[in-house]
Amino acid sequence: MSKKTNAIISAVLLAALCVFVVILEQILPSTHIALTVLKKSCIYALVAVSMNLLNGFTGLFSLGQAGFMLIGAYTYGVLTIPVADRASVYQYFDGGLIQFAVPVFVGLIAAGAVAALFAWLIGLPVLRLKSDYLAIATLGFAEIIRAIFQWDKLGVITNGSNLLRKFPTFKSVMFPLIVCGVCIAIIVLIINSSYGRAFRAIRDDEIAAEAMGINLAKHKRMSFCISSFFAGVGGGLLAMYQTSIQASTFKSAMTYEILLIVVIGGLGSVTGSCLASFLYIACSEWWLRFLDSEMYIGRFKVPLLRSGFRKVVFAVIVMVVVLFYRKGIMGDKEFSPARVYDWWQKRKAKKNAGKEAAK
Amino acid sequence: MKKLAAALICATMCLSCVATASAETVKIGVFEPASGDNGAGGKQETLGIQYANEETPTVEIDGVEYDVELVIVDNESSTEKAPTAASELVSNGVSVVLGSYGSGVSIAASDIFADAGIPVIGVTCTNPQVTEGNTHYFRICFLDPFQGTVLANFASENFSATKAYVLTKLGDDYSVGLGYYFQEAFEALGGEVISDTFPEGTADFTSYITTAINEGVDVIFAPTSTEAAQLIIATADSQGVEVPLLAGDTWDSNVILNAAEGTDLGVYVTTFYQEGANEEFDANIKEWINADSTRLANNGGDDTVAAVTAMGYDAYYTALEAIKNAGSTDAAAVNEALWDTTYTGVTGEISFESENGDANRDTAYVKVANTETVAWDFVAEQGVQ
Amino acid sequence: MDFISKNLPYLLAGISVGGQYALIAIGYTMVYGILRLINFAHGDIFMVAALVFVYASASLPLYISIPLTIVATVILGFAVERVAYKPLRNAPRMSVMISAIGVSYLLQNLALYITGGLAQVVPSIPVISNTVKIGSATTKVVTLVTPVLTIVLVFVLMQLINHTKIGMAMRAVSDDFETSRLMGIKINSVISTTFMIGSFLAAIGALLYFTNYPSVVPTSGAMPGLKAFVAAVFGGIGSIPGAVIGAFIIGICENIIKGLGWTTFSDAFTFALLIVVLLVKPTGLFGEKATDKV
Repeated sequence: MSKKTNAIISAVLLAALCVFVVILEQILPSTHIALTVLKKSCIYALVAVSMNLLNGFTGLFSLGQAGFMLIGAYTYGVLTIPVADRASVYQYFDGGLIQFAVPVFVGLIAAGAVAALFAWLIGLPVLRLKSDYLAIATLGFAEIIRAIFQWDKLGVITNGSNLLRKFPTFKSVMFPLIVCGVCIAIIVLIINSSYGRAFRAIRDDEIAAEAMGINLAKHKRMSFCISSFFAGVGGGLLAMYQTSIQASTFKSAMTYEILLIVVIGGLGSVTGSCLASFLYIACSEWWLRFLDSEMYIGRFKVPLLRSGFRKVVFAVIVMVVVLFYRKGIMGDKEFSPARVYDWWQKRKAKKNAGKEAAK
Repeated sequence: MKKLAAALICATMCLSCVATASAETVKIGVFEPASGDNGAGGKQETLGIQYANEETPTVEIDGVEYDVELVIVDNESSTEKAPTAASELVSNGVSVVLGSYGSGVSIAASDIFADAGIPVIGVTCTNPQVTEGNTHYFRICFLDPFQGTVLANFASENFSATKAYVLTKLGDDYSVGLGYYFQEAFEALGGEVISDTFPEGTADFTSYITTAINEGVDVIFAPTSTEAAQLIIATADSQGVEVPLLAGDTWDSNVILNAAEGTDLGVYVTTFYQEGANEEFDANIKEWINADSTRLANNGGDDTVAAVTAMGYDAYYTALEAIKNAGSTDAAAVNEALWDTTYTGVTGEISFESENGDANRDTAYVKVANTETVAWDFVAEQGVQ
Repeated sequence: MDFISKNLPYLLAGISVGGQYALIAIGYTMVYGILRLINFAHGDIFMVAALVFVYASASLPLYISIPLTIVATVILGFAVERVAYKPLRNAPRMSVMISAIGVSYLLQNLALYITGGLAQVVPSIPVISNTVKIGSATTKVVTLVTPVLTIVLVFVLMQLINHTKIGMAMRAVSDDFETSRLMGIKINSVISTTFMIGSFLAAIGALLYFTNYPSVVPTSGAMPGLKAFVAAVFGGIGSIPGAVIGAFIIGICENIIKGLGWTTFSDAFTFALLIVVLLVKPTGLFGEKATDKV
């Protein structure tokens, strides 16, 4: 299949997906769980892809994602709460220090920019570290950031450890779908640019990359900042989804969740991350929920089912994927019509070969 | 493998669709934590609702008998998981929702319910922001500014306290909010407050208690979840704290009683319900709890009736009352009817004020943990005046 | 005198919690030394030990339930290694670490399911949970027992490592994985032994820790686990005395910070310390100087 037809079919598929979501939104009531899950998985897809850029494409094992999302969420919240509502949100801090509000898109871009700025600062010392040391240092930074944002001395800006709310949110799935879609598209463009090739060279062999004239420090920092930028935007979107922000949500457990999504989708596969984030969110918060309540088949009470069982089953599934399907859904490959076509052709050829042989 | 996975996914989707109900039922959503920080409290609250549902499993609407079905979801005490849990309820077509224990999750899910036009009756979410400025969130409990003032008054009147140590949990709206209102009221009474916060996952409270002792405070106020409370009490005991420990409604739990057993501590709490206030209710619910080992475990291992259980019980009946008044299972009609719904429950008169839909409550009960009999002793009924 | 009497409780709390971190930190440092793996599940094994103790002592007397807890924890440590890490022996390090995160997630959720999300009260062990007065400070006996027990255990462990055959094998494996395999050392049994020793110490640590703070929830192990890891890095990863000293320093500093009124940052401080150490002296206090291999 030629590159051109591949691109056209991909575009058609994407458009079909959008149309499907639009139709879905028309048929289902606006609060249907399918739509809520879609919203959340769009956001997680963005964050997972941004983590993938760092972990899968540049080979920097960072565990600071939740910290950057927190920065993004707070930046968005602090900047966009309407002035009229500030008094009630910052009720313990006399209405807070900031007395202006910016439009939603400015807020989201600021969310990314502030996260990227923090990433740049943190990256200065931390990016000198390697593999698991880098992981634990970024994890530590995320925890430090969380403590700072909860500090009541900064309460006039961050509202201390109290909820931030009343900022503009979205109602339709289209909003996160489009915003995340655009962001992911930008990441894909970066990955396919000469920078992206440099990132991959660093992942595959740092020393060889350096020998080829790639400036290691510069590219690592760049990857770290870009990843954090989109994590920040994702954090802002997550805030919109939750309609409230609380620093205690952004724990290391959240980073682990995103990391698991990346691994399940396949390190180094953008489409894998997107697919995995939908499956992950849908399984953990929707499809497996029936495991949490008692169930009777006829008069037989299904054993083990009670509150919490869903999470055990889910954790076991995750473990099985991690141990036995180490490459995840997509490996480091991308989903594309061309690949499906090739696979189909090969299969057909195999079948035919089989038939030939049988004859 | 992929086929198998696809089949599994289809099967689960079918299962979640099959759960749609037959005609003559009305569904009430229970939006409570069963895990996370507030899991213990959420379970006790759910118990009250379940008991009420077993006691009165039907409701008559316009002469037609409807079965009441509870749809229970776990919001995991997390503002991040709350929206999907709320959507699950909405997708199930509930007419009214009860919950939650903990204000943060209530606020996070509020908009989902608002969009769906489903009214919610907050059972024990005491933060003012839950109902503020909306018309679908009601609540039957008192609010933190009230509770904080009550506690400050109590500390100053009963213990002549002039210096208080306030220990709150970082990142917990309930804890920080109540601490704030206590501090405000206590300082208005001329007292001095030393406040500290502890981060999530803290197990070592020795340093905090030491600070309180070193500062020579007259009372320690620690509005926290029961998990932290156990540890605070244990540490206070081992450090030989002599001043009373005060806390809000979350501490009204047998977890606290068991932790305080055999110590010399004075543990005072404000609460909605005094065990023994309604003998019949107490006796029946105890019997019901004792009849099933799961219920007993969910209640923390014994049959002490927590105030949140009584509140859950009342919330259920308030919801039934509203459905009756509405004369339909339609969520919008129930929402409309709730404004004028009144109900006399085991925790007292329940009615809603007309601005935010908060409960008209002007008294709180103060109880002290009896460290020998492991039960709550009634101390006073306290208002804000 | 007044100064001492006011600050002694902070110091005592620091020493006691430091000793308990030390017992967890040894598990981290030994595993890291051999496998170069941050065993994220180690903190959760610590938590499971406490839960096993809660359930075991509900129906059994203490002289049975305590050994039972230790044995069960050791078996768990062994099983986790066999199931989750051994199949990934030749996989990239990141995969193993992700597997560790998966195990941690699984253990926490299992604990959540079994406890039903309710905090479990850890029964008190007689004698060590009694309170004593030291000068003006009141504390539990366990506070005094912990540092002594920690030092004794570390001494025994050092003897084991320096003077026995398995200890020699451990040192060889941590020095050079591939060569020691070629030399005929049974890598798998060495690694299993390491995990068992780590779990054994974690179980002891859990018994002491939860005597001081008698409530256990599924996430109880996460924070002590992370802090113990920081302690291991601080002391120089791979070095047992380093881990112990690092743990004591962290425990004491943490409580001093709280005593100064910076309670919001008591956890953040630990991580700040970690980052500073990583940047200034990545090998920690007692770590061996490692050269980058090409």
